[in-house]
Amino acid sequence: MSTDTEILKGRLTELLPSAVFDESGEWLNITLQPTVWHSFALQLRQVESLNFDYLFCLTCIDWKTHLTMVYHLTSTTFRHSIVVKSLLKIDKPVIETVSDIWKTAEFHEREVYELFGVNFIDHPDLRLLILPEGWEGKNPLRKDFEDHVNMVKL
Amino acid sequence: MFEEIGTTTEGDLIINVGPQHPATHGVLHLVITLNGETIKKVEPHLGYIHRSIEKMCESLTYRQFIYVTSRMDYLSAHINNHACALCVEKGLQIEVPPRALVIRVIMDELTRIASHELWWGAMAMDLGAFTPFFHAFRERESINEIMEETCGARLTMNYNVPGGVMADLHKEFPKRVKAFITLYKSKISEYAELVTGNIIFQNRMKMVGHLSVGDAISYGCSGPTARGSGVSCDIRKLYPYAVYDKVEFDEVLETGCDSFSRYIVRIREMQQSVRIIEQLIDNIPDGEFQAKTKAVLKLPKGEFYTRVETARGELGVFIVSEGGTTPYRIKFRSPGFSNLSALDKMARGSKLGDLVAMMGTLDLVIPDIDR
Repeated sequence: MSTDTEILKGRLTELLPSAVFDESGEWLNITLQPTVWHSFALQLRQVESLNFDYLFCLTCIDWKTHLTMVYHLTSTTFRHSIVVKSLLKIDKPVIETVSDIWKTAEFHEREVYELFGVNFIDHPDLRLLILPEGWEGKNPLRKDFEDHVNMVKL
Repeated sequence: MFEEIGTTTEGDLIINVGPQHPATHGVLHLVITLNGETIKKVEPHLGYIHRSIEKMCESLTYRQFIYVTSRMDYLSAHINNHACALCVEKGLQIEVPPRALVIRVIMDELTRIASHELWWGAMAMDLGAFTPFFHAFRERESINEIMEETCGARLTMNYNVPGGVMADLHKEFPKRVKAFITLYKSKISEYAELVTGNIIFQNRMKMVGHLSVGDAISYGCSGPTARGSGVSCDIRKLYPYAVYDKVEFDEVLETGCDSFSRYIVRIREMQQSVRIIEQLIDNIPDGEFQAKTKAVLKLPKGEFYTRVETARGELGVFIVSEGGTTPYRIKFRSPGFSNLSALDKMARGSKLGDLVAMMGTLDLVIPDIDR
């Protein structure tokens, strides 16, 4: 692990002592509780020595027992990157929105909302984006989604 | 051209543009709230060409899924394939032979020129100039012919495989590419005469579609859209892959933050692409064009992310593997999706007539947005 990652990890631990770190991947991974996400995100964006201003990927993974939200963040001034993860309950997935901090999250969260059924608290405009109006049934990117007409089992 | 669907109580007019509209170049549906001629809100409705490529890839092997991605951003098909191949190679730690690396970069840059050519012609046509379209397609055609000779396809190349490229170059390849470059260079002045220097064109582009530096970053814009606002975001420079760290080229930045800046960035980028090809075309190393790989690829358990610079911006491929022969989850971070989200911010307060100029310089490819 490089010294830069070490320093970054130290700073992030100061902000959120409950965070769990994983350094096995390309970037520093942080796992946190969904309830602290918004306040932590605000600090990531506003603390000058961190300045994570570019959210380049926002997605979700269905693990059948739970969902994992994944946020890829980078700083355009320092060029350091982190991956923030948060585990959500499978039956009632809820997390705070970050669309007020990174504008790109508004579209990406709408996409995750319709494809995974994650509810984003305080999202300004949580509507269907890709799916047709009046879509009923399960969320297409969930693992238990089945469509006998359009999905071909190989 | 526009269909009126109703007036709201405050005197605002709501109109639909698309999904079948010539200026959206695909099936994009915009619901625009107007006050007089001033845009109050632009709301994109997506999904008319949504094929759920991410879900499809979950049932395809690591060799198969690359071909589906040609259908995302079909104008950067080769670069999409490159991103996927890189991600699989990262997971399997395959070393790609130098010959394949150089071939990939040459093909990437040819794709980029072809994509920008099409954008240039189509954008000028949206603004009412019909001639540039034919000029652009004349040059683009010679790139398509090179592609056809090399990989058998003109648009959906499918030339990349994990470990290298599918087949070796044919003998005439360097000759053909050099002939194209000579042709292209002789035509650059035409572009400036026809469009760039045209005063009517400049009046329609300058001070239109303002996107500030902060907004460009916050909306996750990338590629020429962000570089037109002065944001340094070229993945080829910041996180070099293949042989981009060994060639000389400039990251094109403009600070006008308007449609004209974004236009100039793309025009100058084509010249940088030519510069890259010129450095490589005579120096293609000999040797294997493909690394030896197992017949069945299995990525180790874990998460892999690669980023490349397509003609539209940053494409991210995020593979979550459980150790099987197919990905557990795949996410494509498409550049167009984020760039489109900034359209509302750009358009608010401008006149309806300027919307086409803004959309033109965002270089939207709808299958890339919907995936």
